[in-house]
Amino acid sequence: MNITNRDSGVVAALPPPRGKSGVIGWLRERLFSSPLNILITMLMVWLLLMGLPPLVEWALLKANFTAGNAQECRAGPGGACWAFIREKYRLILFGTYPYDEQWRPLLATLVLLAVIVCSAMRRFRDMRLFVIWAVGLALVACLMWGGFAGLSYVENTRWGGLPLTLILSTFGIAFAFPVGVVLALGRRSDMPVIKALCVVYIEIIRGVPLISLLFMSSVMLPLFLPEGMSFDKLLRAQIAIIMFASAYVAETVRGGLQAIPRGQIEGAQSIGLNYWQTMRKIVLPQALRIVIPPLVSIFIALFKDTSLVVVIGIYDLTLSAKASLSDPVWRGFSIEAYLFISLIYFLFCFAMSRYSKRLEAQLDTGYTR
Amino acid sequence: MSETIILMENVNKWYGQFHVLRDINLDVAAGERIVICGPSGSGKSTLIRCINALESHQEGKIIVDGTELTDNLKKIEQVRKNVGMVFQHFNLFPHLTVLENLTLGPVWVLKQSQQQARDNAMQYLERVRIPDQADKFPGQLSGGQQQRVAIARSLCMNPKVLLFDEPTSALDPEMVKEVLDVMVNLAEESGVTMLCVTHEMGFARKVADRVVFMDQGSIVEQNTPDAFFDHPQHERTRHFLDQILH
Repeated sequence: MNITNRDSGVVAALPPPRGKSGVIGWLRERLFSSPLNILITMLMVWLLLMGLPPLVEWALLKANFTAGNAQECRAGPGGACWAFIREKYRLILFGTYPYDEQWRPLLATLVLLAVIVCSAMRRFRDMRLFVIWAVGLALVACLMWGGFAGLSYVENTRWGGLPLTLILSTFGIAFAFPVGVVLALGRRSDMPVIKALCVVYIEIIRGVPLISLLFMSSVMLPLFLPEGMSFDKLLRAQIAIIMFASAYVAETVRGGLQAIPRGQIEGAQSIGLNYWQTMRKIVLPQALRIVIPPLVSIFIALFKDTSLVVVIGIYDLTLSAKASLSDPVWRGFSIEAYLFISLIYFLFCFAMSRYSKRLEAQLDTGYTR
Repeated sequence: MSETIILMENVNKWYGQFHVLRDINLDVAAGERIVICGPSGSGKSTLIRCINALESHQEGKIIVDGTELTDNLKKIEQVRKNVGMVFQHFNLFPHLTVLENLTLGPVWVLKQSQQQARDNAMQYLERVRIPDQADKFPGQLSGGQQQRVAIARSLCMNPKVLLFDEPTSALDPEMVKEVLDVMVNLAEESGVTMLCVTHEMGFARKVADRVVFMDQGSIVEQNTPDAFFDHPQHERTRHFLDQILH
């Protein structure tokens, strides 16, 4: 056999062939690359053509934005009745909070959102964050409760709607996260008592639905407390939510901890770091970064699960929407009401998932694929 | 004769039923350079991992720099401040830059200031000849560079003893030399005690004060490099040397 030695050296770089890159190339490769794919693409286009125009017609073109009552709305061409939302949005958003004072929960919501956004920005990742949270929470508490400086006192059984959902979720996430991390570390520890306690807690909490935890906190806890001592109902619901989420956070974080190679811990030990220093500086930063996707799923689910406080009579966003439907003048617009709150839920959940993508990108230091 | 810095007396270790270290007696003087060699499974890595308590031993005494290694966590942490280790797979922290990898120990364990730790780290980075990589992440470096960073990281803690667990076994041949050069340089210029598990016999000849040969958990033979390579005394040693010095 004749093996010719062509000895071409290093070949110079060339641009890719036409038709395989750019928009045409993308379309070809993603949508039209095989007979099956062409078929699926055409099916999808057909479904969109069937589904999108009627939806747009119902929601926008035939919709009524200005009717005065239910009859007027229904008398129209049969589109959505957004006038119902115009009429009821304050009830849905703020629940049974006194009508004239609703600027207070609005302001409180904005303050809470501002605090959350600041936490998400890198430039505030230092001691200022504690100050921001402390001031923000104090402001929210003052605005919602009132009782001084000319603001009337509004007890928290009258809080409702979006501010309440936000408060329950924010504190739920903020406390469930560190508790979950500690539980995960405890479950992996060598100390038998701590490990057993963590396992029992996690398995019991994961084994019951959130509704039963809320129910137990609301109905059973007062039975066990001494006479005269009672816990604020909202606080009880908040604690139940925190306990519930922390078990799931614990198992997710434990998965991340397991993924860290033993060599990392040995490397840390070889330079003299103790257990807490190793966890804080080496293991947890890497483990938490790995489990950002499932953690964000837990938090998104938690945000929506707050609607379960319905069972103990707390007016969150979902219950307020339901309450708005019971007005005899405006009957039968449940689709509009639920679409409205679905949009609100979607906006928050989508914001959370976009933020998590950004966070992952920020933390990517070139060692992942 | 300088004082003993590592003393292992009748050390025995089991992994479950498997007797991995059998009656080990080893005396290491301060400033000595020891190369430990042997077939795989002979317990060489386990031996040096016992010295900085990454593995525990069931029987016998291990005394490092005057502190006996037992279950006492405080004593173990005390020993680990003075004993550094370089691993086969580097074990650098991928989420921190090279400089942060180096300053973490000095700042958090030795309580140095950030500035002091940085200056120290840059000095050692220059010593291992990669000062320009200080702000890169380990994932952006080649294997040889990563191992040199790992060596610098151990040196930043100013250890009295440096343990090397097959430092060049995971590197390709071009990089093996750059790491060995650093280790030779270290051996010649600093007074740190070095225990190196390696298959690089050239390195042993050049730098070691003593070569220790292990097989099946026991120390079969130990001698100066010349005596060891030219006049091995045990049959097992001869067989091993035939295999690797073809």
